[in-house]
Amino acid sequence: MSEKVKFTIDGKEYEGAKGQLLVDAAAENGVYIPVLCHWKDVIPAGSCRICTVKVNGRFVAACTTPVEDACVVENNTPELQDIRKAIVEMLFVEGNHFCPACEKSGDCDLQALGYRYQMMVPRFPYAFERRELDATSPKIFLEKNRCIFCKRCVRMIKNDKGQSYFAFKGRGKHLEISMDKKLAATMSDELAEKAMKVCPVGAILRKEVGFSTPIGQRKYDNVPIGSDIEKLHK
Amino acid sequence: MKEKIISIIESYGRTSGRLMDILLSVQAEFRCVSEEAVSLIASELGVSEADVNQTKTFYHFFTTKPVGKYAVYMNNSVTSVMKGMYDVVDEFEKQAGIKFGQTTPDGLLSLNYTACIGMSDQEPAALINNVVFTELTRDKVRKIYSDMRDGKPVEAMFNEFGDGNNANQLVKTMVKNNIRRRGNVTLGEYEVGKGLTKALSMSSQEVIDEIKNSNLRGRGGAGFPTGLKWQFCSKETGDKYVMCNADEGEPGTFKDRVLLTERAHMIFEGMAVAGYAIGAKEGVLYLRHEYKYLKAFMESVLAELRNKNILGNNILGKGFNFDIRVQFGAGAYVCGEESALIESSEGKRGEPRNRPPFPVQRGYNAKPTVINNVETFCSVVKIIENGSAWYRGMGTEESAGTKLLSISGDCKMPGVYEIEWGMTIADMLQMVGAEDVQAVQVAGPSGICLPPSQFNRKIAIEDLPTGGSMIVIGANRDLIKDVVLNFMEFFEDESCGSCVTCRSFNMILRKQVKKVVDGRGIKSDLDNMLAWGEIMRKTSRCGLGQTASNPVSTTIKNFLDLYNARVKDAEYQSDFDMHKAIEESCEVVGRPANIHE
Repeated sequence: MSEKVKFTIDGKEYEGAKGQLLVDAAAENGVYIPVLCHWKDVIPAGSCRICTVKVNGRFVAACTTPVEDACVVENNTPELQDIRKAIVEMLFVEGNHFCPACEKSGDCDLQALGYRYQMMVPRFPYAFERRELDATSPKIFLEKNRCIFCKRCVRMIKNDKGQSYFAFKGRGKHLEISMDKKLAATMSDELAEKAMKVCPVGAILRKEVGFSTPIGQRKYDNVPIGSDIEKLHK
Repeated sequence: MKEKIISIIESYGRTSGRLMDILLSVQAEFRCVSEEAVSLIASELGVSEADVNQTKTFYHFFTTKPVGKYAVYMNNSVTSVMKGMYDVVDEFEKQAGIKFGQTTPDGLLSLNYTACIGMSDQEPAALINNVVFTELTRDKVRKIYSDMRDGKPVEAMFNEFGDGNNANQLVKTMVKNNIRRRGNVTLGEYEVGKGLTKALSMSSQEVIDEIKNSNLRGRGGAGFPTGLKWQFCSKETGDKYVMCNADEGEPGTFKDRVLLTERAHMIFEGMAVAGYAIGAKEGVLYLRHEYKYLKAFMESVLAELRNKNILGNNILGKGFNFDIRVQFGAGAYVCGEESALIESSEGKRGEPRNRPPFPVQRGYNAKPTVINNVETFCSVVKIIENGSAWYRGMGTEESAGTKLLSISGDCKMPGVYEIEWGMTIADMLQMVGAEDVQAVQVAGPSGICLPPSQFNRKIAIEDLPTGGSMIVIGANRDLIKDVVLNFMEFFEDESCGSCVTCRSFNMILRKQVKKVVDGRGIKSDLDNMLAWGEIMRKTSRCGLGQTASNPVSTTIKNFLDLYNARVKDAEYQSDFDMHKAIEESCEVVGRPANIHE
């Protein structure tokens, strides 16, 4: 049993295990900190920045920061809420997202966060960058227009030799998600399913199967994202 | 091709940890890293092609298609533009009959831009096949082009060399040192081995204490106390590393270039002192690709130090073992960030790591690592030699010792100056012969743009901290267009793209600045730029994103009149250009794009 630590989030006191990531410790206590790149027990990427919180007055990502004894965390402040909303808006203007036509609609974390933060019109100008759709794999489509660069697929979808199916290409404004064509040709159905599942948006979609769960019955169709965590507390 | 590539891979021990070196060698050999080469490297190293590509495509100097037999990389930093880069560009394009970004059909010549190459005191400058050409003019370009047509080797295109070691047989570059002022530390008198000899007569804790007592703070710009960093690392156990950050990429900085040229022994000696202090046996000097022309020279210095038993086994008979290798980058500003530098040295994309853990806990090859700047290691040698009290006697209370400044731009004597901390900007401007100054860019694009009303401020960690880049901007410059826009283009290109905010905001801010420059901006655009810049500062992981909005925010704050003169006092301005939107389709159907006219 690891050492227990006490900390506060928005003034309320909670308990967690020393060294545990703040985002996980908060969730166990029923406090939702939004995430897009984080996946429990996978090495954090810390790239989407939507879990930005203030710890002892400093801005940090809750998915890369271990919880320390007596740390003071700010989470649901107007400042942080606005930053998170801005990040959602930014992801919408950066890529090309057409929710009504997307197979991931209702299961999409980005869409769900858009609702949660009541995004109406993004404050930023649209980029309208043209990106490719890679359909070379027999199992999946890689729809680069929808990628938000969370690196979940890069970190989690590997073969038994530890080789990556997915990787970043380029940098900065030229950054894109890419697929190893040789490996993708041999991808199993199970791995394709996993890849689609871990993708928080509709960038990785399985071929030949779709809409098995009807619109209206999907994850976020009736409850906002984060409500599963927040329910724990009630 | 296959055999050559396999032998390259073999020479680096067939390990993906040396992928940078493998890619560098392949690029140098074949003028590109082709898809076939990637495929071969991947299968030989047992990784996926996507894995090789993710490293390859991160760096500016790796290309998929071959660069020209003569590969021109023209520096497009602010000072290069100030000193006439566009004339040089125009002449290159005229002579070669191609545009920048292209290669001539016969493969003779390729033209590309690149970020600051560390020659701001002798611009416009370009790299041609890793050889530096400085102070370019139209005439010089015509001569270079005719030499290319004649098939002359790049090295044979000039026969006048710079001062000091620039003229060394192993360097032979036209680069000048431009050392304008020597202080008592990094550019003062230096005798090889004296500092290390003294260090080895002390205990490792005594060495750390001496550095701590000196109040030496990191010279790369962040100003972290060096002694404290060493102390943290010394407490860790097992194998450790010492790394030297020689990736000076902040536009306007070139002082490390001068230290690498004139104080190479001192840098390596300082690394050895650090190795002794923290208990490391290995050191890595991470050298930016733009300084490739120093490769043979640096290696000869290492060999000389091994001969003198200042490196190697049982150093100076004291039972201490330490050696150093040189790791080259391949063109990425963000690799100056210490954890990105480590990633790059491990053969990966230069993306900054999340902290904790810090490099002193888990750095290169997951081992505790001390990383310091070139100038920091040089300072260490003199501190050990002369004592911490001597060092503290220079500078200010909070900023001890001397600092090298790289001063460029609109002044009579651009170059490297070793000053004591505490000098005012006004005194600095007098020292370099600068008159009629509109602004001084302190600490490069990631620093601040200072107006004349603040020229009484001091160059010191407690007032104006700096890694040393000082760009003087004369009264005749268009500050927003020539400087701010250039800086934002730089950050847009150099963001690693990992953090959402840094990737997107740099692009958005660059577009907003362009909008103002083009006369399409309105007052609320300025408020937006400030607010959005704040979000980027608060949410980005590393120093790049945290400071990349500074060109915009510090100029809006300090030069608001310049912005107000360019923006309209309107409530709303459409960003949508109907004319442009229908241009393509009108062309297809063959009618003029004259809707609403």
